Amino acid sequence: MSMDRREFLKIAGAGTILGLAGLGLFERVTEKDIEAVVERYTKDPSAMNAKRWAMVVDLRRFKTEEDYQRIIKACHKIHNVPDFGNPKDEIKWIWVDTYGHAFPGQEHDFLPEWLESKFIPLLCNHCANPPCVRVCPVKATFKSPDGITQQDYHRCIGCRFCMAACPFGARSFNWRDPRPFIKEVNQEFPTRTKGVVEKCNFCTERLAKGLKPACVEESKGALIFGDLLDPDSEVRQVLRKEFTVRRKAELGTDPSVFYIIGGSENV
Amino acid sequence: MKKYVYIGIVVFLVIVTYPFWSVSGKALKKPEPKLDTPEIQKLVEKKCVEPKEFMKREHMKLLNEWRDSALRNGKRVYVNSEGKTFTISLQNTCMKCHSNKKKFCDECHTYAGVTPYCWDCHVAPKEEEGQI
Repeated sequence: MSMDRREFLKIAGAGTILGLAGLGLFERVTEKDIEAVVERYTKDPSAMNAKRWAMVVDLRRFKTEEDYQRIIKACHKIHNVPDFGNPKDEIKWIWVDTYGHAFPGQEHDFLPEWLESKFIPLLCNHCANPPCVRVCPVKATFKSPDGITQQDYHRCIGCRFCMAACPFGARSFNWRDPRPFIKEVNQEFPTRTKGVVEKCNFCTERLAKGLKPACVEESKGALIFGDLLDPDSEVRQVLRKEFTVRRKAELGTDPSVFYIIGGSENV
Repeated sequence: MKKYVYIGIVVFLVIVTYPFWSVSGKALKKPEPKLDTPEIQKLVEKKCVEPKEFMKREHMKLLNEWRDSALRNGKRVYVNSEGKTFTISLQNTCMKCHSNKKKFCDECHTYAGVTPYCWDCHVAPKEEEGQI
């Protein structure tokens, strides 16, 4: 079959138009399909939402040993945190340390005695610029849209880069199977397994149900929790009123946990 | 010398084919996952989150999607094909009904020779000894 130039261009042009029209149709169908899949997953209407969750630790309200133990126990119990009974294997979501260790560079020889002997409650700072997320080779640890630094234990390979990167020591490694060392297993929350790194998750599973973190609930007002980017939140109201400090802010990780240093009258 | 070579070949063939002839004629028991848990008995409409056939074939994919949705996207509610909603949780949704892990999950997994590592971390429901 012979074809002149004019005939060829006609057929090619018609073919192009048909092809483009078909492509458009195809794209519209797939878009709809994807939408249908996405809509299958929603949030609980009672869930608490925020752009960046944050916490204020009011040291003035930590008066007795019991005040610390109450929040640590509440957290470790619901999250199935094991107690190996030795500091080398210790797993900690909330723990305590001295002022000098919590705020290195801020201590000096003439600190008031009450501050020298005071324990500071510590937890993951849920940094806005978290070094642990940057170094994770498998993206097991990640930043969720509500500002929580989360850990996906399904994906963690136990390389411990995040532990080396975290300047706050907020991460612990499971050197051994934690199961036998959990006194009372909470049937509603998973445990971890040997070979993964774990840490505080700001009670993301509770926020999804509209509950505040367990430690905040148990703290009797010593821990204040809210959205740092909402000017009316509880956290922002406290930050507006009180002088607060953050741990190692000079490192540029932008922590989301603030401390009100005080409590001299308690000692 | 040749004799030993032939004996060696025969011994080798017997050992290599052992897995085949040792089970010939014996049919493996077909897995029968049990659904008679107290929670399921209580249900008026005995339906899983999706139709049975879908769950049989696709439960592993659905569980993967659930995991990513809950953990990565923070969306912890699943809307099924009938528009019903379910909380996304292996321990608090799936296993609340299927409280018989041994007779439900393990029944097929053992048969198929798969060992999913769900239970390394997720806590399996407490099963009393002798309970079906």
